[in-house]
Amino acid sequence: MKATTGNPAAPHKGRIDIWELLIRLVIIIASLVCLLPFIHVVSKSLSSDSFVIANKVFLWPQGFTIEAYKKIFADASILRSLYISVIVTVLFTILGMILTICAAYPLSRAQFKGRRVITFIFLFTMYFSGGIIPDYMNINNLGLMDTIWSLVLPLSFSAFNLLIMKTSLTSGIPVSLEESARIDGAGHFRILFSIVLPLSKPIMATLSLFYAVGRWNAYQDALFYIKHETSLRPLQLKLYYLVIQASESFQLEATQVQLSNPEVLKASVVVFATLPIVCVYPFVQKYFVQGVMLGAVKE
Amino acid sequence: MKVGSASKTNYAPLLEKKQGIGYYLRRDWQLYLLVLFPLAFVIVFKYLPMTGLVIAFKDYKIARGFWGSEWVGFEVFRDLFSKPDFARAVRNTLLLNVLDLCFSFTMPIVLALLLNEVKSVKFKRVNQTLLYLPHFLSWVIIGAIAYQLLSEGGGVVNNLIELMGGNRIRFLQEDNNWLISYLAIGVWQSMGWGTIIYLAAMSGINPEMYEAATVDGAGRWRKVWSITVPSIRATIVTLLIMALGKVMDGSFERIYSLQNKATTEFTTTIPVLVYRWGIESGNFSRATAIGLFQSVIGIILVIMADRVAKKLGEDGIL
Repeated sequence: MKATTGNPAAPHKGRIDIWELLIRLVIIIASLVCLLPFIHVVSKSLSSDSFVIANKVFLWPQGFTIEAYKKIFADASILRSLYISVIVTVLFTILGMILTICAAYPLSRAQFKGRRVITFIFLFTMYFSGGIIPDYMNINNLGLMDTIWSLVLPLSFSAFNLLIMKTSLTSGIPVSLEESARIDGAGHFRILFSIVLPLSKPIMATLSLFYAVGRWNAYQDALFYIKHETSLRPLQLKLYYLVIQASESFQLEATQVQLSNPEVLKASVVVFATLPIVCVYPFVQKYFVQGVMLGAVKE
Repeated sequence: MKVGSASKTNYAPLLEKKQGIGYYLRRDWQLYLLVLFPLAFVIVFKYLPMTGLVIAFKDYKIARGFWGSEWVGFEVFRDLFSKPDFARAVRNTLLLNVLDLCFSFTMPIVLALLLNEVKSVKFKRVNQTLLYLPHFLSWVIIGAIAYQLLSEGGGVVNNLIELMGGNRIRFLQEDNNWLISYLAIGVWQSMGWGTIIYLAAMSGINPEMYEAATVDGAGRWRKVWSITVPSIRATIVTLLIMALGKVMDGSFERIYSLQNKATTEFTTTIPVLVYRWGIESGNFSRATAIGLFQSVIGIILVIMADRVAKKLGEDGIL
């Protein structure tokens, strides 16, 4: 199922009529509502302070300048946050995929005894959890507070992703293929690495994206677990303190006091934090659509 | 979701004689070894925290530790239920989620019906790409964009209103306006993404039905009402039931990114109280108790929703 698949047989044949035009108009308006906010923020980030203060910037930069971006790149703490986000996302995605495969492969094998019980143990976590405070105390007890691992470890198992992977392995790998490998003397490790994984590249790509984007966008756990170690703040948390709480000022602000209106700077930080997602977005979109479809399929 | 029913038909019966667990451990030791790693992980990071729930029944003092703290039975809950903030948080959690359900649930259906009516594949592709975009942004970014757009002083929406001769509106700084903004932003974030499953369901409709309807003289809207809508009914019901099971949840990230000091009427929800009581003030017992209250009500709702789904002839979700 592709994102763009139209109805294979369009329900209404014939020329474009007035309704078709109206419908298209409504859709275009909805799309613009989704798009214009970004264009506005980008324009603001590229405008000079005076135009922004005078409320003259709408959808096109006024008094074009990249001064604000220069400030961002001069601010070591923002770059540091970006770096933390990248590291955390990569580690998280790798670990998440390893966990998913290690759980999904055995659970997709019919000869695996105790499959039902173990599946239940995994899936139960989807419906019930300790909650925020017990999780917090657990991280505290494990000594992970204010470490990068508090962002990598706790969330890296996803029962939902496991379910998608398991469904895919159960239905996607022909049993006969595996049987012939067994007859040739291959063990489970060999089958997993030589047959199952190479055949599962699309689903692995999809789930990696699920993990990566989920991790990249989350900030709740960082807000809870990264308390004192400000150098470990991922980008989203940094953005939260900078823009939404406005409790943190840019490092350079102290030296350049003439920055009376931080709006431009805020806009450019938003763009800076959005850019990685927007850049990969067109490429990952179709995988996400596939993943959502798979997730919606029930056994 | 039904577990493990799909592979019953595999070749397992072929070699099935009642064997001890040791036999299977020896035969499939590699599988057990593989599953051990995620199992250990889940136990440490999902099940171990669940033991922490007992502090909802204790007077937890950090100095005395987990084991040293005194049992107090339901005292913490009694104290919790008497707090005015508790009633407010429950009300707000329900209010925000039910309203969100009304708007964020229906918009994707409308949008999907409209998209389905468009013939041009290219037009659909371009617009879908734009409509999906907000879904991929974090709540912090959405919150930041919301402030850039809607703030009273420099927000572009207010600039436009003023330009057209209106008065500036405190979209995010006044309680009732905040609620409307919160809902609108939710619709904005999710409407495009929500269309995916409906569009998929619609693409499965047999085109012959439309042709037959055309022969019978049905117009465009007639076909939408009599063919398209009934065809996605099952999808709508399933998703609605799943959504109903979540009305006790609350997105901490969403509220926290959109809240500010000027609006406290609707932002006091259960997850916000958990954060405020637990992590900010260190009252772990009370924060755990309210979290547990939320989980228990939540799971009851999920189970009830599942029962209703099965009664209605749907597959259910458990």
